[in-house]
Amino acid sequence: MHEPSTIAHAHVDAYANQAHAPQSYSVFILTWVALMALTCVTVGASVYLPGTVGTAVAMAVTPLKASLVLLIFMHLKWEPVVFRWMFLSAVGIMAVFMSLTFFDYLYR
Amino acid sequence: MWIFLFTELLLFGRLFLVYSVYRLLYTHEFHLAAAHLNRVLGVTNTFVLLTSSLTMMLAVTAIQRGDRRSTLNTLFWTLFLAGTFLVIKAFEWGAKFSHGLYPGSEHLRELPDGEGLFYGLYFVMTGLHGFHVVVGMILLTVVALRVRSGRIHQGDFVLLENAGLYWHLVDLVWVFLLPLFYLTN
Repeated sequence: MHEPSTIAHAHVDAYANQAHAPQSYSVFILTWVALMALTCVTVGASVYLPGTVGTAVAMAVTPLKASLVLLIFMHLKWEPVVFRWMFLSAVGIMAVFMSLTFFDYLYR
Repeated sequence: MWIFLFTELLLFGRLFLVYSVYRLLYTHEFHLAAAHLNRVLGVTNTFVLLTSSLTMMLAVTAIQRGDRRSTLNTLFWTLFLAGTFLVIKAFEWGAKFSHGLYPGSEHLRELPDGEGLFYGLYFVMTGLHGFHVVVGMILLTVVALRVRSGRIHQGDFVLLENAGLYWHLVDLVWVFLLPLFYLTN
């Protein structure tokens, strides 16, 4: 990744063969449209639906939005699988912390 | 870069944990306090930030294609949108301040426990996020200057790519902040 620019050309070729080959602009524009639409869904649900339903919609849609950002914008989709596992383990650690804390608070 | 992003996730994740515990303990107060936040500004800022993530991504794609002009243009728009986000945030915080709601204020101390906690978390979490936006803007400015001087180019754009990853993380955190603070009803 840090080769001197004299061999930059070979570097470009190497890139072209790897996961980082440029995506078309339309992939990102479509993702953006989806993210905007999902935001509208969440906002609409919180305004027009009763409290718990609105919260449920937000809890369902927000991870979906996060996945779109991670997979497409942060191109996790095109990275080696090990990155996805690393990311999921970070989320897993958070989930363990969360559940332990909630057990403590709910049953004390 | 990803390792750094994981530490960031755990940093914000911990705050989300604190938030969820207190929301469980003070459900009613959290809902009352959240009703005072400006939903329109929160949602507008979401649109601004999501769009800035798009322009950031377009900048990375443009440099991969060797299109320096488009890279600089999209980086400019990303910076512009980041600035817009901060201006909106400043208006929002300004309105809270003028109502006597700021960290450590008398008014905040007189509120019921749960509401005070909600505002405390609101200021800490959006403040930490805002700080990340400022850092991101500095980073993007450095990247834009290097693209202009030709030090970042089609053959070596790791810094631009990493700045992009960081910027998307900032966007990612906001995606969670919106429903937690602005859409609680």
